[in-house]
Amino acid sequence: MLLLALDTSAGASLALLRTDNDDAPVVLHSAETQEPNAHAEWLAPAVTEALSEAGVDGAEVDGVVVGAGPGPFTGLRVGLALAHALAEGWGIPLHGACSLDSLALRAVDAGITGEFLVTTDARRREVYWAHYESDQEGSRLVGGPFVGGAAELPALAAVGAGVGLYPEQLRSAELGSGSAAWTPHAAELGRLAHGALTGQLQGVLCAPRPLYLRDSDAKVPAQMQAGSRKVGL
Amino acid sequence: MSEPLILGIETSCDETGIGIVRGTQLLANEVASSMDLHVRFGGVIPEIAARAHLEAFTPTLRRALETAGVQLKDVDAIAVTAGPGLAGALMVGLSAAKGLALATGKPLYGINHLVAHVAVGLLDRADTTGPALAPNTAALLVSGGHTEILRVGSLTDDVQLLGSTIDDAAGEAYDKTARLLGLGYPGGPAIDRAARGGDPAAFRFPRGLTMPKFEGTAEAPGKHRHNWSFSGLKTAVARAAEQFQAQGLEIPVADIAASFQEAVVDVLTAKAVRACQEHRLTNLLLGGGVAANSRLRELLAQRCAQAGIELTVPPIPLCTDNGAMVAALGAQLVAAGVPASSLAIPADSSLPVHRISV
Ligand SMILES: [Zn+2]
Repeated sequence: MLLLALDTSAGASLALLRTDNDDAPVVLHSAETQEPNAHAEWLAPAVTEALSEAGVDGAEVDGVVVGAGPGPFTGLRVGLALAHALAEGWGIPLHGACSLDSLALRAVDAGITGEFLVTTDARRREVYWAHYESDQEGSRLVGGPFVGGAAELPALAAVGAGVGLYPEQLRSAELGSGSAAWTPHAAELGRLAHGALTGQLQGVLCAPRPLYLRDSDAKVPAQMQAGSRKVGL
Repeated sequence: MSEPLILGIETSCDETGIGIVRGTQLLANEVASSMDLHVRFGGVIPEIAARAHLEAFTPTLRRALETAGVQLKDVDAIAVTAGPGLAGALMVGLSAAKGLALATGKPLYGINHLVAHVAVGLLDRADTTGPALAPNTAALLVSGGHTEILRVGSLTDDVQLLGSTIDDAAGEAYDKTARLLGLGYPGGPAIDRAARGGDPAAFRFPRGLTMPKFEGTAEAPGKHRHNWSFSGLKTAVARAAEQFQAQGLEIPVADIAASFQEAVVDVLTAKAVRACQEHRLTNLLLGGGVAANSRLRELLAQRCAQAGIELTVPPIPLCTDNGAMVAALGAQLVAAGVPASSLAIPADSSLPVHRISV
């Protein structure tokens, strides 16, 4: 199985993963940019480069995996729109995954145990976050994703860029690997999707639709409010 | 090579448009509008439009392919609006277009939305033996997002901006005035309807940028000779309405709507026709959503006839934003051998009109 994974929930990243059976997938190529607002220009050429570097033809790809966020709206849509069109153009399935799961997997790989939080930058003095737990049985989502002020989160060890932004409010997990600056990466979403598609993981895949978690912020002007048929400037 | 088969994608404002053309033959023109979502705001909300584009893209694409009876792999190139327009909205279409181009291995053409409004005039003409575009063509584009007069020497390499609005687009002035008068959204049809029962001479509203210091003369044109301004008009309408309100009188909505519409249409057509005459342009194409306005069509037709200018108004579904116009321009660029765009092209919300493709 050959999967192309994309994520534009914070920065932008992609990965091309292959497996021959149920074994852990091999990452043939992965790339990322932290350049803000460059997703739209970076991502499509990066996919072309990934395919050529890995020596695979696009027609060989079996599925596209896309990070559904949460993340800043405009950037998030760049990845989703590209993923939808690639899947449509290749005639293959498109799978969504919550982008925060990427960091949960990274934390588990780094040895975290018990309950913990994943947090990323939601701007406007808030974080996107989700609550996970990891034990002998495996790891799972407890709740989320949510958006809110760092002070409102449960008092648990946390990973992700939210920790670096709000060190007063969030307690950093002691993983010693710069976990307070982590941002999601498509390679982990690809691994998770592979696990789900081979029946090893449950509850990983979601609809490939954006997890905005916030309204558009548009305000109805006073003049448009119900019953108004009068002039007001 | 037979005529190129082009898929066109338009997401610069609130319409998700996918069109398919073969050369100048229209095969499909599917549009999903998010207009209903903007009604309660009285204007297009960029974030709402961008969200709707992402939702609508794949279903609209599928409908267009089915209507045209073609498959993605049959397409010769993918054309997409790269600007001007709302940045977040443009980015959805552009990213999707890149995905389709990448997956199908077909060339991508990031094109100029305004020039596409002109290219749509080539589609499904009764007489296909003549030149693709009449020489000396001008285009008057009027919508909620733009108000321009262009000189089009060639759709593929010679487009010049003769004039434009320096503030609100004409359609925006309609929306704001309709909101002020409690007529709802979109303002164009609402005001057109209300104006029918009104007296267009009841109020004398200003015609922006018509004073001699702005206009100059044909020989020594002023800075704003061919430009429009609609922000003063909006203020004048508000002041007129307030006077009635202050006296506790009912606002004469029909008269204000008719007088407002007359002011917009008068200055739009007068300046457009004069720009044509002074640049010796004998053909004028009208495009953009405001082309549906009955008074604009009437007065423009009358003034063009007096000036000996041949006026073309495409069918209304091709005047409002759509993917077929993007495909139509793409077909011209492909036929002219213009190089394709890179997959790295950005959305350019203020793409100048002389940049026909990016
Ligand atoms: Zn337009």
